[in-house]
Amino acid sequence: MNGIHDVRTPAGPQAAALFDLWNVMLVTCTLVFVAVIVVLAVAVWRAPRGTEQTSPDATDHPRKDTILRRSVGTALAVSSVLLFVLLFASLIADRAIATLPLTDAVRIDLIGHQFWWEARYDPRDPALTFATANELHVPVGRPVLMSLRADDVIHSFWVPNLAGKKDLIPGRESTIAFRADLPGVYRGQCAEFCGYQHAHMALIVVADAPADFERWLAVQRQPATEPSTAQQQRGRDLVEHGSCAMCHTIAGTGAKGRRAPDLTHVGSRSWLGAGTLENTAASRAHWIADPQRYKPGVDMPPLAAAPADLVALSAYLGSLQ
Amino acid sequence: MTTASGSVPSTPGSRRRASNKDPSKTAARRFLRDGAGPGSAAAAELERTWTDKEGIIGFLKANGHKTIGLRFVVTALCFFGAAGVMGGLMRHQLATADSHLLGPDFYNQLFTVHGTTMMFLFAVPVMQGFALYIVPLMIGTRNTAFPRMTACAYWLYVIGGLLLFGGFLTNTGPDAGWFAYVPLAGPEHGIGKRVDVWNMLVTYSEAMGLMVAVDITTTILKLRAPGMTLRHMPLFVWASLVTSVMIIFAMPMVMLAANLVQFDRMLGTHFFNPAEGGDPLLWQHLFWFFGHPEVYFIFVPALGFISAVIPTFARRPMFGHDAIVLSLIATGFLSFGLWVHHMFATNVPELGKSFFTAMSFMIAIPTALQIFCWIATIGSGRLVMRTPFLFVLGFFFILLIGGLTGIMLGSVPLDLQVHDTYFVVAHLHYVLIGGAVFPLFAAIYYWFPKITGRMLSDRLGKWQFWIFFIGVNLTFFPLHILGLEGMPRRIYTYGPETGWGFLSFLSAAGQVINDFSMLLFVFNVARSLIKGERATADPWGGGTLEWSVSSPPPACNFFALPVVSSREPLWMPSGDVTHVSGLSAEIREGLTTTVIDAVPDTRYAYPGPEIWPFVAALAVTLWLVWSIWSVPGFAWGLIPPAMAFIAWYWPNKKEAIEEVTWEKEP
Repeated sequence: MNGIHDVRTPAGPQAAALFDLWNVMLVTCTLVFVAVIVVLAVAVWRAPRGTEQTSPDATDHPRKDTILRRSVGTALAVSSVLLFVLLFASLIADRAIATLPLTDAVRIDLIGHQFWWEARYDPRDPALTFATANELHVPVGRPVLMSLRADDVIHSFWVPNLAGKKDLIPGRESTIAFRADLPGVYRGQCAEFCGYQHAHMALIVVADAPADFERWLAVQRQPATEPSTAQQQRGRDLVEHGSCAMCHTIAGTGAKGRRAPDLTHVGSRSWLGAGTLENTAASRAHWIADPQRYKPGVDMPPLAAAPADLVALSAYLGSLQ
Repeated sequence: MTTASGSVPSTPGSRRRASNKDPSKTAARRFLRDGAGPGSAAAAELERTWTDKEGIIGFLKANGHKTIGLRFVVTALCFFGAAGVMGGLMRHQLATADSHLLGPDFYNQLFTVHGTTMMFLFAVPVMQGFALYIVPLMIGTRNTAFPRMTACAYWLYVIGGLLLFGGFLTNTGPDAGWFAYVPLAGPEHGIGKRVDVWNMLVTYSEAMGLMVAVDITTTILKLRAPGMTLRHMPLFVWASLVTSVMIIFAMPMVMLAANLVQFDRMLGTHFFNPAEGGDPLLWQHLFWFFGHPEVYFIFVPALGFISAVIPTFARRPMFGHDAIVLSLIATGFLSFGLWVHHMFATNVPELGKSFFTAMSFMIAIPTALQIFCWIATIGSGRLVMRTPFLFVLGFFFILLIGGLTGIMLGSVPLDLQVHDTYFVVAHLHYVLIGGAVFPLFAAIYYWFPKITGRMLSDRLGKWQFWIFFIGVNLTFFPLHILGLEGMPRRIYTYGPETGWGFLSFLSAAGQVINDFSMLLFVFNVARSLIKGERATADPWGGGTLEWSVSSPPPACNFFALPVVSSREPLWMPSGDVTHVSGLSAEIREGLTTTVIDAVPDTRYAYPGPEIWPFVAALAVTLWLVWSIWSVPGFAWGLIPPAMAFIAWYWPNKKEAIEEVTWEKEP
């Protein structure tokens, strides 16, 4: 689940409006560029050549100057008109983006941290709310209304295929609304420089068919699955009694830390460390043993554990579907 | 005041007295005056008076505008080279996915120092350096208005730059970006002394920029040759004037803002701390209110270069001179109304953002007008295809792409897609390289003979142009596409799954070509300095006053100050009066003229070479460095600069008597 990330393949109405605007701009600007360069090239080509000794022509040429003045005036008028056209196109796109109908919107609180994303679904309903991290699921065809906050420094939410970006600023709450019309996996990445690991702060947005989305929601609201093997039980013991629980939460277990991503359903996510490593049994073990190797500067410390324990931890976390 | 030929409306200086009261005392002295041509005793004396002293002390004392201007240019080009190497390292790191050449810590310092150096230590100073060198020659005067202040500014600039690079080399390089957004640069997240170094460097270099801007503004407004009314002022001088006035308005903003951050960091204030009622967005407003005009501090002088080069190589005066002047002024004004287009992704009110879209589009109009006037001039002239002109043609191509992507970025909705991506990196490099570096090379090839007395090789220059042109496009064009493909700026690495590898590799390859072009330039300069062809006074057949003096110019610039009656005095020789004379040849004396009509106003005694500007710069350095590492240092450190400035301005009795004597002499 790599996820696509390209402004030119919109998957929602807003990204589509932006892509239309982009095309208008691209065509207009290309035409202007070609026109100016052609006129310049013709001017250079047709003008007679001189040398440094050519005596400068400082006299008045009323006829020639009139022609030049008219040409410059016309070019300026055309430029101004084109700028108005672009301004109008820009305002129309702006309006299209701002008028997305929000009835029946999925509400998500998105909180930016150095260097990961915390998401809380249905934040206003204590019975329904749950937390996840770095991977969002949204239903196709339903709007998503996201409230953006930052915990430490400024981050920026941006999933190019869905919508433009919006900053997450400490002390300010902002909102962004978007809708995915095509099912798929979309990748976004923090777009405001936020420190050491700004490069590893990706966010995956999975657009599911509505029924799949409801199923996903139902699973996410459940506490973590119980271990089914002795190895997984060992892993859970390590989490609960080791240092993991100091920062991470796994609902239904003794791990209730609030500093780091919620791991209740970590096995269902496709990436570790906000897009740093693909989520496989081996990479989970490597990551737990030494996260600094893959994401230097991340808050998570290395874990000095026996290889068998690392495998057990990885197995347990992998079982948290 | 007498004239070399004919009569000039002799306006007695306001400080001049009618006659001298002690003829016996003056009899012993010769009281040599300027006006005689080279070879005369007066000319030799004038030359000796205006020559800065030799030796190390003389080097530190120098304050001639040519010396200081050239130092600014050469130092800025050194910083350009250093920052270019940093850019090359970054492109190298990003050439492949998951590259481990550089770590995040070093990379973040690298792009911060690269941006800071390019903006604060290269682009603004190199433009100001050129203005310092060329403007007095173009307007027909012997020095800038405040030579000591400018000398002091130069030392502050060098020391500030060394401070930044000293920090970088000792792992104390700033790492919060050249924009230093809080809270990342604030006390809680900008740990260590790295951001403090940045804040101090900014305060330094902006103080430098401000001092030079005040000097250039005053020089242009008060020291123009008699007859050079505002209507007759060359376009490069106009561009320098507009830039300097803009600097005077914008620079204090960033100094203030950097100091507020420093107060937050050092003294525990809460200007930007949301938990205590501060606001991180305040910094962005303050920074970009300076930061957007900053782009135009770099771009407007470059427009002046273009307007200086085109008439010479098209063998005709500029078409639409007045329109270009008005465009420059309009650009200066409008540039202060654009800053929010750097903040479209924040939650600034939407309606307000639309206003900034309209403003951002509007500033395209004066630039478009200038481009059309230049093309009209080129099309109706007789073209001389030399290297400077080639760089001007390259400027059109590259700047136009940068300008048009700028319009795209000015649109609120589109900006939300490409803001803070590689699209912006591509845009800003097209604007700054096309809009500043190409004109800068045009200016270097154009004025190099005037400054050094030797020609640069035209053949090597043309090679350099084509290599650079190809390299720049190869380096930066692919970045547009990377931005659309979702690649954010300021990331030190990316995974192979992103698919950004190929275009990044192309970009790195382009950077190698750029490096080669720069080496060719250095070789061309070195070759020319050793065995270049000697330049005549006017090798290009230019029309402005700097081409009327020998190459390199004499220390006094003009043996007799010219009188001007047209825009291109060398192309349209004036009527009966060509020069004024009568200023002292024994002390540094200048002639001030009125602001609009350039009618002779007063005589003005310049300070000679002094050590105090250098000492004052050292004292200020002591304060700033001390204040980085200690809070009491912020207060106690003020004592040395205070002492240095008092010593600097301590009245000198001997000089005062000398000046009064010269005032009284008829």
